[in-house]
Amino acid sequence: MKSMFVILLSAMLTDNFVLSKFMGICPFLGVSKKLDSASGMGLAVTFVMICATLVTYPIHHGILVPNDLEYFDTVVFILVIALFVQLVETMLKKCVPSLYKSLGVYLPLITTNCAVLGVTVLNIDNAYSFGDSIINALGGGLGFMLALVIFSGVRRKLEYADIPETFKGVPATLIAASIVSVSFMGFSGLFN
Amino acid sequence: MAENKTSLGKELTKGIVKENPTLVMLLGMCPTLAVTTQAKNGIGMGLATTFVLLGSNIVVSLLRKVIPDKVRIPAFIVIIASFVTLIGFLLEGFLPDLYDSLGIYLTLITVNCIIFGRAEMFASKNGIVASACDAIGMGIGFTLALFLMGSVREMIGAGQWLGMSIPVLHSNPMLLFIMPAGGFFTLGMIIAAVNKLSNKKPPQELGCKGCPNADSCSKNGGECK
Repeated sequence: MKSMFVILLSAMLTDNFVLSKFMGICPFLGVSKKLDSASGMGLAVTFVMICATLVTYPIHHGILVPNDLEYFDTVVFILVIALFVQLVETMLKKCVPSLYKSLGVYLPLITTNCAVLGVTVLNIDNAYSFGDSIINALGGGLGFMLALVIFSGVRRKLEYADIPETFKGVPATLIAASIVSVSFMGFSGLFN
Repeated sequence: MAENKTSLGKELTKGIVKENPTLVMLLGMCPTLAVTTQAKNGIGMGLATTFVLLGSNIVVSLLRKVIPDKVRIPAFIVIIASFVTLIGFLLEGFLPDLYDSLGIYLTLITVNCIIFGRAEMFASKNGIVASACDAIGMGIGFTLALFLMGSVREMIGAGQWLGMSIPVLHSNPMLLFIMPAGGFFTLGMIIAAVNKLSNKKPPQELGCKGCPNADSCSKNGGECK
């Protein structure tokens, strides 16, 4: 139980996917302009991360390992994630239209989000158990959402700031991200 | 024939400066930030990506008339992932040190927008030779950008460069630069410098052109236009 808590918090804070592992930078910089789209994207990523873990973990340990095919991980995982995102999108559209309205826009963006492939590969590399993997995916997704939501606040301030012409746009955003990342460094001593 | 040659030359060189994938088109941010704590890793990542880019561009270009439009995204992904697996094996066998230092980011070449973007925007519409030239040019541009990032971060953050120590900085390294925060900062500064030098209006948004889902998400009214 204690170790699960540590995995959850470290995936969220100390090893934050965006700010310390640099996974999912594109949506982090692209979708963080408004608070509602940031939280929507965060929720969608968390959901897909957990589902992708639920699917890829049994495939790795049930099919690939017994047949000595671990080296197919990358190909199989990315295909499974791509198919799965399509499936979720279709299902949401059909069964839960209200949820589709709020999350549907972000789903196609997730297929090639490195954080999703990253979390499934990390679960295997770190030799997590099934339960730990799901906790890791949950923590990773929540951490992603946290970074996005915090950053959307920073960007709102940035829009009214008086920035030198050369730095306007992406350079200023990156430097702001660097400062947010410094603040997350404060968590680094949390676990030993 | 002469015209053909100049156009191939153009495909080859456009990726290095004018359409540099990282610094001008702002694609492939994740590896740019993650592995550039050392100049050496930057080169290694750049060359590995170039290999995958070259392989996938050639195969996509070869198969461009065979792959139906509707399933092109999964088809491209499988082609790219196969080359990533291949380069993983090669590096593990011949350069185990580099393999260890690139770690998970080697796998993540699969979802690098540069590779997907070039397959979608160029290789699926052009012949094999032009696609190969495009891949090499883009690969060199990416490698140079990563090398630049890695050099700056290694010099300031660790006080050395490719094994040589830098006089003043070596005794007072600014550790922040090899930490994640320094990566964001250095990239922001370099992009700003590129804008200043090229006298161009700075980009307001990330390059969504290379995103494989740009079509579907602009249709959905998403953020990418």
